[in-house]
Amino acid sequence: MIEQALHSISQFYPEIVIILTLCVIIVADLIIKSDKPVTGWIMLGGLVISGITILFQAGQNGSFFYNMVVVDPFAVFFKLLLVLAGIFVVLFSLQSKELDSYYTRKGEYYMLLSGMMLGMMLMVSSTNLLMIYIAFEVTSISSYVLVGFTKKETDSAEASTKYIIYGAVSSGIMLYGISILIGFTGATDLAAINDALQNRADIPMILNISILMILVGMGFKIAVVPFHFWAPDVYEGAPITITAILAVASKTAALGLLIRFFSVSFIDSNGLTATGIWQTIEGIHWTTLLGGMAALAMIVGNLTALRQDNIKRMLAYSSIAHAGYLLMGVVILAQEGLASIMLYLFIYLFMNLGAFYVAMLFSNSIQTESIEKYKGLGFRAPLESIAMTIFLVSLTGIPPTGGFVAKLYIFSAAISGGWIWLVTIAGITTVISLFYYIRVVKNMFFYKPESNEGIIQFDLPSKTILLILLVPILLFGIYFSPILEFAKNSVQIFGM
Amino acid sequence: MEFLLNLTIYFPLIGILAFLVFRNDEAVKWTSLVVTSITFLLSLPLLFQFDVANSAIPQYVTEGSPVFSGMDVKYLVGLDGLSLLLFMLTTLMGPIVILSSWNSIKKSLMGYYSMLLILQTASLGVFASLDLVVFYVFFELSLIPMYFLIGIWGGSDKVRATIKFFIYTLVGSLIMLVALIYLGYSAGAATGVFEFSADWRFISSPEFTLGLVEQTWLFLAFALAFCIKVPLFPFHTWLPYAHTEAPTAGSVVLAAIMLKLGTYGLVRVCLPVFPNAFAEFAPMMAILAVIGIIYGALVAMVQKDVKKLVAYSSVSHLGFVVLGIFAFNTVAVQGAVIQMINHGLSTGALFLIVGMIYDRAHTRQISDFGGIAKQMPVFATFFMIATLASIGLPGLNGFVGEFLILNGSFFSELYANKVYAVLAAIGVILAAAYMLWMYQRVMFGPITNEENKKLLDLNGREIGLLIPLVIFMVWIGIRPVDFTKYSENWVESYITISQEKSTAVLETADSSDLPNWTNRIYDVEESKVESFTSNK
Repeated sequence: MIEQALHSISQFYPEIVIILTLCVIIVADLIIKSDKPVTGWIMLGGLVISGITILFQAGQNGSFFYNMVVVDPFAVFFKLLLVLAGIFVVLFSLQSKELDSYYTRKGEYYMLLSGMMLGMMLMVSSTNLLMIYIAFEVTSISSYVLVGFTKKETDSAEASTKYIIYGAVSSGIMLYGISILIGFTGATDLAAINDALQNRADIPMILNISILMILVGMGFKIAVVPFHFWAPDVYEGAPITITAILAVASKTAALGLLIRFFSVSFIDSNGLTATGIWQTIEGIHWTTLLGGMAALAMIVGNLTALRQDNIKRMLAYSSIAHAGYLLMGVVILAQEGLASIMLYLFIYLFMNLGAFYVAMLFSNSIQTESIEKYKGLGFRAPLESIAMTIFLVSLTGIPPTGGFVAKLYIFSAAISGGWIWLVTIAGITTVISLFYYIRVVKNMFFYKPESNEGIIQFDLPSKTILLILLVPILLFGIYFSPILEFAKNSVQIFGM
Repeated sequence: MEFLLNLTIYFPLIGILAFLVFRNDEAVKWTSLVVTSITFLLSLPLLFQFDVANSAIPQYVTEGSPVFSGMDVKYLVGLDGLSLLLFMLTTLMGPIVILSSWNSIKKSLMGYYSMLLILQTASLGVFASLDLVVFYVFFELSLIPMYFLIGIWGGSDKVRATIKFFIYTLVGSLIMLVALIYLGYSAGAATGVFEFSADWRFISSPEFTLGLVEQTWLFLAFALAFCIKVPLFPFHTWLPYAHTEAPTAGSVVLAAIMLKLGTYGLVRVCLPVFPNAFAEFAPMMAILAVIGIIYGALVAMVQKDVKKLVAYSSVSHLGFVVLGIFAFNTVAVQGAVIQMINHGLSTGALFLIVGMIYDRAHTRQISDFGGIAKQMPVFATFFMIATLASIGLPGLNGFVGEFLILNGSFFSELYANKVYAVLAAIGVILAAAYMLWMYQRVMFGPITNEENKKLLDLNGREIGLLIPLVIFMVWIGIRPVDFTKYSENWVESYITISQEKSTAVLETADSSDLPNWTNRIYDVEESKVESFTSNK
């Protein structure tokens, strides 16, 4: 037993590093009274080390802690994405002026951020319903507090309250669904649930309802329509760094969880066809349901984003729309669909974080998040504006950026699965999305700055971070085979 | 030679790197002039070495390895009879466009010239690419620089114009993207090796045919994208806006090159890949083309702004090209191909001329001019030649294209109705009316506006950039065969291939498997009998 635990620990280094980071941050915050953001650097270091230990896990495949947690290529891919997003968000936080007025509580901020990272990493690697729920809650609770971190702002407090209420209700529903599922199958392990379902001839409606309830919780985290109502207010009210991590990492983790949950629990191991996953849980037309959700997310997200003036709010709605594009991949739970989601997430990380980063830089220097006030910025901050343009063009999905490749691949996966109506909606909504993305570009470049507004200077670190975010987008627009191969290999563990 | 083709395509893009070194305004201008001129010189051997007898086969082909595993999407460029002349036109327009904006652009020069150079690479890439995904990438890439060219350096109402331009084109191209992916999967299934194939050489070859239902939808999706780009009536409303607000260079590139992407796409993709749909929808497209010809001409006639007039004349002229393409015989398609070049030369020249007068008088209203000919005799001469070329006066280039198109569509089997050609011929007359009337009001008569007495005649730079265009206008007008020879073989072979494919599909089509509407559109054998009996 001890041997088993010790062996498990050896596969748990990335998470342990994060936990240690969390503890060190608390202690450091007590001891070091410095104006410098020491805790931020500690967290950055912790994330880098954790990232390196994840790299050592590449290629492994096994489950640990009595089948609570797995280390497989799929989990490794998602954990790397999450750590990467975490590193960027910490880098952003170190530069954010918004957080500076709360410098005495910086330690708290990074501690909570570490907790959130830990929760998300567990979300993508757990295979047990109880573990899934714990991971889910660890993420949620840390993020509730983080959203309300700038507590003197009324927006932030309001956002936090809304997030808690929505979050509590959704995770309550999810927990109820989980309890029904456990009661019905008598198992908490996903593979055991699959076994239990395989041996049953009939699938009663209650099972379908329980899955639907679990979907509510996950849909809430992904911010997909109709569980998206919290997203705009929370994204707008939260500090921009937290908005970035919610829009990127939290969504990534929840999608990873969703994919694993569906493909492990309900896969039909007898006859593996493209529709095989859904045959186990007939009763509700799952693909149509998910397809409909994807379509709704694309339509609602894109249409509502049209009328937004706050850049964070606009990006919030755009991220709802992107959740729709991502769900398109889930609808086709086959190798292409999953690989395309992973490719999409990888590119989405860079382009969305990039857009948030530029928004943050502008908010730091001109104290505005209003798109109307971006007028003339193209001439006052040319490099940042060009970068923003590339990020937004990539979010729209226009070649030769990474966003195009991501969209191309997810569209082609959907078409090969026969979902032409869904892809047509995706195509049309992409055009709609162009309106609001391009409006930012238009305001930056097509208006002259006022005569009293000079050039805005940015320091070297911020330019470097910008470049690090920019290069992959342009690079993956042309050369993306390695990441795609990695993604394809990662999904093979589901037997696809 | 393969390397030379790639170098030509990317040289403008590489040229932008030089801006990192030469940062001051003069240096930027000279660098871009040198870069585009070298691009033009580099492209010349491609023309001289071209094997005219085999123009149906892509030459100087560079083939990369597939980027997706199992999917035949790869870097694939080459030139054939269809693309060669358009490719050459693009390289020729490069230095001309740079020279035309020499003194008129005063803000953010580096950005401006980088946009022009990116645009150059994108347009060359569209014409050279033989893989449909690569084609799409370049097709879209050309949008972004044009967006900024109009948006930053454009006129007063530029914001609306750019948005309209961008949205229109993107709607079309995204629908095309969906169709393209579908086409790719069908082609991939047909290869038996790949899952997905976007290799144009395979897709257009006789080995690959599509069913009637698929052809209809895919044709409509592709045709929509291309017709918006052309623009064909009723998708033309973005064009006058974009043209009037764009800076001169933007208008020239838009008219001479970017509008051709649409017509080029119709010939490149729609003609060989969807033969049945192409044939069945031809009369409908012809109706739209004819409406475009006459409507464009009538609207041009009442314009008060010279630039808008030229913009509407584009709608009219490109109607001819579309009419020619869908007439689907060698003469007409040949005419359409050469007319694309002609339109590029003559409308390009007209926009340059309008830009020159605007630089001097800062107005484009016809009523502000009058009697300019006395003041600017050299300008008047060039304007006259361009006007006449645009009208289609025999001896100049416009005549050749229009004659071939009208001739071909008169005898077109697909139209089976001579009225299209007759109505289109009215467009030629109208063109003469609005162009000459405009010329008369601008150039002749007494000088009504005192300001105009101060106008100076063209300088050496401006004459220099118009002369090559005039030379080609006359050359094509006198010896069209020097130019039509390149595409002759291509057009003949692909029309034959397309006809063969069309018959093959109809022969194998089983009416019982097809929905009723397809049977009705395509005259599938036995369908009448069956639907007759089933009705009883």
